[in-house]
Amino acid sequence: MAITEMEVKEIAEKINNKELSSLEVAEAFLKRIDTVDAGINAYITVAHSQARKAAGEIDDRIASGESVGEYAGVPVGVKDVLCTEGLRTTCGSRILSGFSPVYDATVVKKIREAGLVILGKANMDEFAMGSSTENSYFGPTRNPWDPERVPGGSSGGSAALVAAGEAPWALGSDTGGSIRQPAAMCGIVGMKPTYGLVSRYGLVAFASSLDQVGPMTRNVHDCAVLLDMIAGHDPLDSTSIPGARPCYADSLNPNVRGLKVGVVRELTSTGIEPGVLREFNKAVELLAASGLECEEVSLSSFEYGLSAYYLIAPAEASSNLARFDGVRYGFRAEGEMEDIWEMYDRTRSEGFGDEVKRRIMLGTYALSAGYYDEYYAKALKVRTLIVEDFNRAWGKFDVLVSPTSPTTAFKIGEKVDDPLTMYLSDICTIPVNLAGIPAISIPCGLSGGLPVGFQIMAPPLQEEKLLSVACGLESLLGFDEKPPALI
Amino acid sequence: MDYLTTIGLEIHVELLTNSKMFCGCPADFGGDPNTKTCPVCLGHPGSLPVMNRKAVESTIRLGLSLNCDISPRSIFHRKNYFYPDMPKNYQISQYDIPLCVGGCLDVEMEGYARKVGITRVHLEEDTGKSLHVGESGRIHGADFSLENFNRAGVPLAEIVTEPDIKSPEEARAFAQLLRSTIRYIGISDGKMEEGSLRVDANISISAGEELGTKVEIKNMNSFKALQRALAYEEERQRKVLNEGGTIVQETRHWDDAAGITHPLRSKEEAFDYRYFPEPDLLPVEPEPAWIDELRESLPELPVARAGRLKSEYGLPVEMVSAIIAEKALADFYEEALKSGGDPREIAKWIAGDLAALLNEQSVDISGSPVTPAYIGELVGLITKKTISGKMAKDLLKETFSSGKSPAKIVKEKGLLQIADEDELMSMVEKVIAENPEAVEDFKNGKEQSLKFMMGQVMKMSRGKANPQITSDLIKQKLS
Repeated sequence: MAITEMEVKEIAEKINNKELSSLEVAEAFLKRIDTVDAGINAYITVAHSQARKAAGEIDDRIASGESVGEYAGVPVGVKDVLCTEGLRTTCGSRILSGFSPVYDATVVKKIREAGLVILGKANMDEFAMGSSTENSYFGPTRNPWDPERVPGGSSGGSAALVAAGEAPWALGSDTGGSIRQPAAMCGIVGMKPTYGLVSRYGLVAFASSLDQVGPMTRNVHDCAVLLDMIAGHDPLDSTSIPGARPCYADSLNPNVRGLKVGVVRELTSTGIEPGVLREFNKAVELLAASGLECEEVSLSSFEYGLSAYYLIAPAEASSNLARFDGVRYGFRAEGEMEDIWEMYDRTRSEGFGDEVKRRIMLGTYALSAGYYDEYYAKALKVRTLIVEDFNRAWGKFDVLVSPTSPTTAFKIGEKVDDPLTMYLSDICTIPVNLAGIPAISIPCGLSGGLPVGFQIMAPPLQEEKLLSVACGLESLLGFDEKPPALI
Repeated sequence: MDYLTTIGLEIHVELLTNSKMFCGCPADFGGDPNTKTCPVCLGHPGSLPVMNRKAVESTIRLGLSLNCDISPRSIFHRKNYFYPDMPKNYQISQYDIPLCVGGCLDVEMEGYARKVGITRVHLEEDTGKSLHVGESGRIHGADFSLENFNRAGVPLAEIVTEPDIKSPEEARAFAQLLRSTIRYIGISDGKMEEGSLRVDANISISAGEELGTKVEIKNMNSFKALQRALAYEEERQRKVLNEGGTIVQETRHWDDAAGITHPLRSKEEAFDYRYFPEPDLLPVEPEPAWIDELRESLPELPVARAGRLKSEYGLPVEMVSAIIAEKALADFYEEALKSGGDPREIAKWIAGDLAALLNEQSVDISGSPVTPAYIGELVGLITKKTISGKMAKDLLKETFSSGKSPAKIVKEKGLLQIADEDELMSMVEKVIAENPEAVEDFKNGKEQSLKFMMGQVMKMSRGKANPQITSDLIKQKLS
């Protein structure tokens, strides 16, 4: 079997017992990238020399008898929204041209400490704003299942590179569905942890109260392993949750008979593609047949989730993105300028793409004097209602389920001029971010030859239960389809 | 026409913490540009703020010192505006739920006291410093600007007063008392010239009950400048109104050299700051036990100390104000009192001659070569008439420069005052014999001649003659 097709666990074992060197593994993936990525564009930056150096160091440590981590030497792709010291970080934007961070994001530090080898930085919608990875200054990423289609977004690069075997797993970030929706569209596993479980330090902020870093993997076990590596309290992030947490990989238990599953009516009724609904319902039936109690539940506040999200997220973004001004780093417009105000205007006009500008304007408007109460404050109230709806549901259900995305991967260019339709791509994933709870998407079937994602949601900090249900369903489904275009 | 003046102040105090408000960089003044910076205070992508507990503590202590209530749950907001000295283009500040609310400070004036309400005390981060290079010296029209972010992220407490201040003098006295208070509790060095204490003022005048249009004044870099700027503005507004004009609500810049205020035109002025809760920080919820602990650990504050000095020792207001201005000076005073000397006399020497000497030599009271015990000794020597007041002045100078005790200097130099009547009488007789003209003048009622003869005795005794006894002896001899 080709190294690039091996399970993470197998690669790790082979490195540990010296059947394979970390460098060989890295070379195999780099070669795969060099072969297929021209057609996929999953990576913005491929870190050939840095990856080789890191892999070589792992090999040296193993050779000298040093004990390295269980997964040391396994390669990984990192969404280009995470700061990597000495490796350019673009956020898919022109405005960060030439920017090389002076520090590693906490999660990057953690995976480096675990011995993972960073192959490169994954493509994304500019500043994680988008659902198709078409809003990247570095061009769109293509879906390995059908290169005419989008991989979803904003972590489309991370999803596509895992699906295309350009790394065995990757890190993404999820503000309104940016891990789960592309995972669904690319037929992989993607998880958004509880807000505060994973440090945001070094994650370039889109919407601070919603952003969370998470794993994107080929299976649920890998997802638990990668989560174990990145989770935990970080004193550099005030919103990170203190206290001990279990080992998620060790506590995976696919036997979840008797658990109560709520099927969210608002996310399974209108606006869901028939093929998606068909595959989703089949999976629910499978769960019911295996001894889980499945029942429909109505969470009426979800109706307003999308509207609330498109006020809160842009409001925070309008402030978070103010620092990109051409003064200290990144892109600065050139030519004669009257004053600094013109420098700001031109730098930001030329440096940001349309979707980013649209959201900055939306957010600026929502926070403006006289509109704050009408928009931002009202959106916060909706957010509270959504949290309350979830809390009521947790009184009755262990987990909630829905399709991850209302559609399968759509054509490149299909929705790019229709932002409102594009925004609907996140209708099923957004409530999770607003409530700060954990959720996972796993592939549950194909519709028209394209993957369909199944979303499972759990109460805050119940990642163990979430991953166990996902693990159980995964083995029931036995989904092992691969992108046809690449085999 | 008579107008009533109404003034409110906004005061920024740079807190004396070891590290900045949201990162581990040193918070002290100075250093080469941009050497005290990191990804957090430079606003690098992905960096996040972490609250400095010491800054919260200092702000709560300040609030308690100003008799404020401490909010059980206080939150931070982002204040959004673009300016190159602000790395994130938003300032983390407080908006509707500040740390401290509703206090007051009593300012002792000549013959009355003014109670000034404190609206709020909140915590925020400082900006960097810009150097605009070009003819204008301002950002508009600059050729280029240099930024130094050493100060960016240093914690600032902002104090907002109610419009309770009625004159420029009161404003100055309030600001000085506030400075004393922050120095007593040790949260800031309160140096206006270094910018660690910055005072902005709002002033309006009105003929009736209804308040007039207020004008904000910035850029006062000393207490004197604050008073002058407000006096200027009071007068300017009076003239405008008397000539039938109206006051424009605006921000004006104090030009200290020219002694005038002028309107500050800035693109930033009409900005909507779009405040919203800072999502990167948790609310601050100080434990009641912690607040109690902080309250109990406060030292005796200037207002209380002034009251005590006044009632215990009967010192006049201006003398008390001078003594209590600095905690070290007041401590020095109370230490000197242990000598048992007259409190007023001791206060006079400390606030007068000693303060002048310290000022002249730019020495802090804590580094004074004259100890509290020496002042006690000096006053004792005067009271016992061992030396005269005139001798004491010189003696203090000598003590200051040599660090020797006054008694020792007196002994070494034989400076003892001559109070022995026989010894003085022989000198008086000699002077009378040598100066018949002066004697004649004295008998004709010329007071001047007494002083002349006194001077002759002093000369003869090398300044040691007791003036009172000498004067009595001359009169007695010639009567």
